[in-house]
Amino acid sequence: MTTTTFAPLPTTASPSSSIASTTTESIAFAPTPLQAYLVRIGDTCLIHAQRLAEWSGHAPILEEDIALTNLALDLVGQARALLTHVGQQAGFDEDQLAFLRNERDFRNFTIAELPGRRAGQDFANAIVRNFLLAAWMNVLWARLEGSGDAEIAAIAGKAVKESRYHVAHAADWLVRLGDGTDESTRRTRQAVDRLWPYTAELFETDDVDTAAAESGLGPMRVSLKPEWDALVAPVFAEAGLAIPATGAFRSTGSRGVHSEHMGYLLAEMQTLQRSFPGGAW
Amino acid sequence: MTAPVSSSSTRVTRAWDVLHGVLDPEVPAISVTDLGIVRDVVEHGDGLEVVVTPTYSGCPATEVIEQAITDAVNAAGLGPARVTQRRAPAWTTDWITPQGRERLRAYGIAPPGSCASEATGANVSPIRLMARNVDCPRCGSAQTERLSAFGSTACKSLYRCVACREPFEHFKPI
Repeated sequence: MTTTTFAPLPTTASPSSSIASTTTESIAFAPTPLQAYLVRIGDTCLIHAQRLAEWSGHAPILEEDIALTNLALDLVGQARALLTHVGQQAGFDEDQLAFLRNERDFRNFTIAELPGRRAGQDFANAIVRNFLLAAWMNVLWARLEGSGDAEIAAIAGKAVKESRYHVAHAADWLVRLGDGTDESTRRTRQAVDRLWPYTAELFETDDVDTAAAESGLGPMRVSLKPEWDALVAPVFAEAGLAIPATGAFRSTGSRGVHSEHMGYLLAEMQTLQRSFPGGAW
Repeated sequence: MTAPVSSSSTRVTRAWDVLHGVLDPEVPAISVTDLGIVRDVVEHGDGLEVVVTPTYSGCPATEVIEQAITDAVNAAGLGPARVTQRRAPAWTTDWITPQGRERLRAYGIAPPGSCASEATGANVSPIRLMARNVDCPRCGSAQTERLSAFGSTACKSLYRCVACREPFEHFKPI
């Protein structure tokens, strides 16, 4: 019987840090409540960026193609800063946290992972989601500037300025589409009806929020609601959009229980790192 | 090519001189010191620490800039250099030097206005991305219009001059 030796798959440059992954196996990451609080934000930035990036090369106009990918780049940068910070406490690097965690260990809000352009959703869907999430991020970052964790306060000081552009850009489009043609109005209303139920999760309360608030790390989600409402309501009014009633439905991504769409997103996002362990630019 | 370093203050001063010549890879008209991202140069025994504040969270040039700084300081015989990041306070376009602004304009990029007029913290309502009054960097006309809020890099937006008809970029105040 002969044995065949397979040459290892080529890897790219050497790992960027000593703890960079050299395995395709998933990492076991059991965050403390304070780490979970930050991972929730970082994962929402990361997954939202992944969905925005689906518009690269496909936006209705070139300028918008550039805009959406610019926003995604900011979000990836914010996610990197947060995951790096959490990872330093937990013994992982940013790439391991982004690419080697399993679905249940991601804590992003479900609204970020819902299907995007690749699944046939339209531009109105992208704009409505971006507006709702950017407004939430803007309010959150402003509050996190006062975080008791100096690194988080510093990250927030930069991110809040970026989020201001994100909200403003999405608000511009929301008004343009909502108060536009019959078709753009119809599609925008559909997107609002589809996405609004998932906004309830942005303002829930659980032990993670409580721990963060008690330690001075960051605000309870529920406390962001009045400021978010104050940001969203006037833009909706100008766009001629009614704010839907909030029903009983609650999505659960922030607790690690995701929609059926999350696995596909992760498969695509993680495939390169899992195929070429430790690969770095 | 490098003269012996006589004193620490000379070494730091010379490092600043070197840094004045390290260009931003995405806007090669201005240096990292014009951009205002070099916050400090500190001597630690044998090594030099260059403290840098990143521009945008997702700026893809951050690592390239850090490498360029390290290489330049080392090539001048002032190293070994290492770059550290200081996130707070966050970088603002207000830190771009008057010389940097002039170089941007000469390069065809309208420099940013003051951030003091921008909202701070959370937004003021209503939230809309209004085009700013930006003078054309070529003919100086105030008759300009915004084509796109975002441009070829995270820090710029696209404008057009109605007077001289030239398109140009605007470095966004942040």
